Amino acid sequence: MEIVKLIGVAIIVLGFALKLDVLAVVLVAGIVTGIVSGLDFFYILEIIGTSFVNNRLMSIFLIMFPVIAIIERFGMKERAAYLIGKIKDASAGKVLSLWIVIRSLASAMNIRIGGHVQFIRPLILPMTAAAAEASKGCRLTEKEDEKVKGLSAASENYGNFFAQNCFPAASGVVLIQSGLAVAGYDVTLSSIASASISVMIISIILTMVQVFLFDRQVKGGKK
Amino acid sequence: MTDFLGVYFPEFFYVLCGLVCFDTAFRARKNEEAKIGTIIFWTLTGLIFMLGKVIPPVVTGSMLLVMGCLTLTKQVKMGKFAEAAAQSKQAASERIGTKIFIPAVTVGVIALVLSFVKYDAVNAEGVATPTALNGAIMTGVACVLALILAFVICKPKISETREDTSRLLMQVGAACLLPQLLGALGSVFSEAGVGEVISNMISSVVPKGNIVIGVIIYVFGMVIFTMIMGNAFAAFTVITAGIGVPFVIMQGGNPAVIGALGMTAGYCGTLMTPMAANFNIVPCAVLETKDPKWSVIKAQVPMALMMIAVHIILMLIIGFR
Repeated sequence: MEIVKLIGVAIIVLGFALKLDVLAVVLVAGIVTGIVSGLDFFYILEIIGTSFVNNRLMSIFLIMFPVIAIIERFGMKERAAYLIGKIKDASAGKVLSLWIVIRSLASAMNIRIGGHVQFIRPLILPMTAAAAEASKGCRLTEKEDEKVKGLSAASENYGNFFAQNCFPAASGVVLIQSGLAVAGYDVTLSSIASASISVMIISIILTMVQVFLFDRQVKGGKK
Repeated sequence: MTDFLGVYFPEFFYVLCGLVCFDTAFRARKNEEAKIGTIIFWTLTGLIFMLGKVIPPVVTGSMLLVMGCLTLTKQVKMGKFAEAAAQSKQAASERIGTKIFIPAVTVGVIALVLSFVKYDAVNAEGVATPTALNGAIMTGVACVLALILAFVICKPKISETREDTSRLLMQVGAACLLPQLLGALGSVFSEAGVGEVISNMISSVVPKGNIVIGVIIYVFGMVIFTMIMGNAFAAFTVITAGIGVPFVIMQGGNPAVIGALGMTAGYCGTLMTPMAANFNIVPCAVLETKDPKWSVIKAQVPMALMMIAVHIILMLIIGFR
């Protein structure tokens, strides 16, 4: 009964769908999967503990919090709104389009610009929100505000994901090469990277379409 | 000499992360609700950051269990904080002007500069290899410098900065640990052999020989498996060996192109899954969206679906030239 090992996947899907406590759901999924696969309980805890500590880099953004705390208290959002307000016909779509091009090209050259904590909250979101208000001429509704946040976060992900493999030494490219090598196909890193360029270009275009559609929605919602 | 920059220096920045957690635990003593639970939660988080390499993994795992019990029983809560007055923010903004952006820009510029730095890492056999700096050092150095600049430019009160930092961390809450915990879940899955089970199931039902069907199954296999695992890298290894090679590449596909597109097809799945917490759920908390889980994913689903179609078409056109 190999299929019983998938119980962890089922627990995750159910737990997330039912909006149960995420930390507990993930822990239960891990422990149950381990137990039905015949792993010792304490060995499971050991795997979880080891992996959790090895993944601390994912949460290194915590040390950025004091910086954000200070610059927000000293009026960074207000300043962003002021500067964007001075630009003629600024709009959320224009700000995010510019951002996706910069973010994608930087990502393709393995330049580390980006991050939801490092860039989106302190810089991109305030500018996008201010631009959306400027183009609308009045305050955003709660729904529009939510959409601005969603799109700002999304643009960071688009630029990050779909452009990173254009860099030949990106970890994804290296993994593709080694995965193919195991299967008996030797390909060069640069051939994988150049095959990734079309995806980057199309993703930039589609991002622009999405954010300009949002612009129209915001301007239409003025009445 | 051991590799100081690679092994010990990053720990310094994890200690700083731990201090941020401890300060939040200390602030939690003012909580009206769930005081004890919140204090314990952030203290344990701080300990794992600070002493992660010293504490035995079994103990870390047990600490995580305790933390899971605390969040499950709703014993971790956000305290009450006084918001800075809009007027004082406006006044500060007019006084400081555009200089307020310097710290934020510094983080990017310094991290960028440091990403080009290479040093000779000496391994146990005494062989030196040029190595890039650890990511923790890049972000850590950049943030510490930015913090110093922010202090010089804004001259904030320490007590206010501590309040605001604790508020930010409590707002993000347990979500900030989710990416690490899901990474740990992935390790358990791979130890248990979950990947093999799924790829066996898929390859037993798919007919071989039809290129279009092969491409569609490979792309969707990457998308769905990435959504389940929350990680395209984990999916790639399993799905490319199980589906990509027999159903697409062996039918005449160009390995480099199919492999490259297979990976980015997986990223379409990443855009749609709460399992990729660091990309989709933590940003909700960081940007303070109303919906704590789905705001970012909702914005991304139309894009992801379009990109899936794009991948299938691209694979059929440029993958079989």
